[in-house]
Amino acid sequence: MAMLNFERKYRVRGGTLIGGDLFDFWVGPFWVGFFGVTTIFFSIIGTALLAYGAAIGDTWNIWRINIAPPDLSYGLAFAPLKEGGLWQIVTICACGAFISWTLRQVEISRKLGMGYHIPVAYSFAVLAYITLVVVRPVLLGAWGHGFPYGILSHLDWVSNVGYQFLHFHYNPAHMLAVTFFFTNALALSLHGGLVLSATNPPAGQKVKTPEHEDTYFRDIIGYSIGTLGIHRLGMFLAVSAAFWSAVCIVISGPFWTRGWPEWWNWWLELPIWS
Amino acid sequence: MIKPMRIGLIVLSAAVLQACWEAPPMDSEQSGFRGTGMLQTTNPDVVDPILADNVLPEPIAAVPVVEGGPTAGQIYQNVQVLGDLSVAEFARTMAAITAWVSPEQGCAYCHEGGNFAEDKLYTKMVSRRMMEMTMEINTQWSSHVGDTGVTCLTCHRGNNVPEYIWFEQDGPPTAGGISAKGYQQNHAAMNVGSTSMLSDPFSKYLTTDPAPIRVISQTALPQAGDARHMSSTQATENTYSLMFHMSEGLGVNCTYCHNTRAFTSWEQSPPARVTAWHGLQMVSSLNDEYLEPLGPTYPPHRLGPLGDAPKTNCTTCHQNVNKPFAGASMLDDYPIWRPDE
Repeated sequence: MAMLNFERKYRVRGGTLIGGDLFDFWVGPFWVGFFGVTTIFFSIIGTALLAYGAAIGDTWNIWRINIAPPDLSYGLAFAPLKEGGLWQIVTICACGAFISWTLRQVEISRKLGMGYHIPVAYSFAVLAYITLVVVRPVLLGAWGHGFPYGILSHLDWVSNVGYQFLHFHYNPAHMLAVTFFFTNALALSLHGGLVLSATNPPAGQKVKTPEHEDTYFRDIIGYSIGTLGIHRLGMFLAVSAAFWSAVCIVISGPFWTRGWPEWWNWWLELPIWS
Repeated sequence: MIKPMRIGLIVLSAAVLQACWEAPPMDSEQSGFRGTGMLQTTNPDVVDPILADNVLPEPIAAVPVVEGGPTAGQIYQNVQVLGDLSVAEFARTMAAITAWVSPEQGCAYCHEGGNFAEDKLYTKMVSRRMMEMTMEINTQWSSHVGDTGVTCLTCHRGNNVPEYIWFEQDGPPTAGGISAKGYQQNHAAMNVGSTSMLSDPFSKYLTTDPAPIRVISQTALPQAGDARHMSSTQATENTYSLMFHMSEGLGVNCTYCHNTRAFTSWEQSPPARVTAWHGLQMVSSLNDEYLEPLGPTYPPHRLGPLGDAPKTNCTTCHQNVNKPFAGASMLDDYPIWRPDE
């Protein structure tokens, strides 16, 4: 495969965390690395097990395939393969693949002399997943508290777990997470719209500069966060959304067992008015 | 300067954590297929004190029945409900009722000192009707109370008036002008789980001619003639209020009776939903036939702000437990409350 003309300067040795030069080579355009190998290993095994689970399940309907965690009665022990054990191994593979991918990002960042912004941001998504399938089940004492792997089945799980707390919208951390997700989407759409407008002027006009972009937002809202600032804000919003998602589910059960509306009784009972 | 502030801050945050949060280990019970999330997770620190309040008292020892002995109806005057009991069993039953309902006032709560037969006190008239109601529940509503049944104690628990009753409400106090009427919502209400939804779902769903509770449309798009499709958002929220009351009253979450992927589907619901459905029918019927008609019997101070009689809802018996007294039955010790039909 031919190398693109700018690729040569990225193909530098070093920066690895594990394995030294052993895996420090490219396959076509892809850098391999130790964690590239582990990512491939866990991904292939995990995906194959999901396919096996579908094969021994009721359906090949992509929406309805369901790889469910074990019954609560197994606690934190291993369950038989067909009674949730499959879910447990897939979970190990998923954690292995996601963590490997994060560390691969670290290695690439080191190789290119960048900051660790990308692995840090990505690790919050991994944290949210691990909170769901490892931290919370361990705190509650059974793998059966994990969510099932399946397109519809995991949505059914989300619905039921929400209704375990009567009204999940009263969960304070869920409120924050939802707000960060929406704000993140708003910021991204404003930013994307701005960049596309600035770089695609009408026929005959020149491409606009950041000076134009800043002026546009200073005109409509009196402030522009700037070209660097918008990316810092974006990272803050996205990371906060993932972080508070993890918090909102880990407090549901391990740190609060009743309806979420009831949690707010502390507000009703404040000595100011009660 | 800094150090005391820091210590104060730590103490304050510890107090807030203590007030707002629980901590593992928790207990969990699974009610659906694995991975469906149909679980009851409970905190022993929260549940154990409630269960400790739900232990039955020792029954009063039964007196051996003398064959052919006189009945209460033969010996005493004006015994309308319990007349067929032997004299000894009658005395034991009266003693039990006193312990359950008026342990402080004793017999005098219902009986005038001089003549026990006289129907002078309103409490005696109400008690008589309540005895009939208890027998009706145990004989006609086994679909809800099963073989466990109920007695006076199930609701009263040593109180003259059961702790959890309800009256019609005029809506919470609100500002003037355009928001003068709260429409019984937009204020946190304890009997609907501290939400700000309809604060009195009871007059709507638990009385004569209750409003339809099931509001989920049967079709994906509006169809003429589908009554349920015509349910408003408000009606849906009202149903939600009633369901909150049931959850809180029973100390369970929504998945105790529903697989929330399809609330309305009986096929996907745990069996508890059938018991709960009969309970709703029972409560409406009891309010309609027994409790509301007692209005004129009560003195004004026993009536609600709108002048209606005290009525029952799920919490009246359940008192935050899925089965009152954790499912323990008193009917073997006090068989009179389930008379043979």
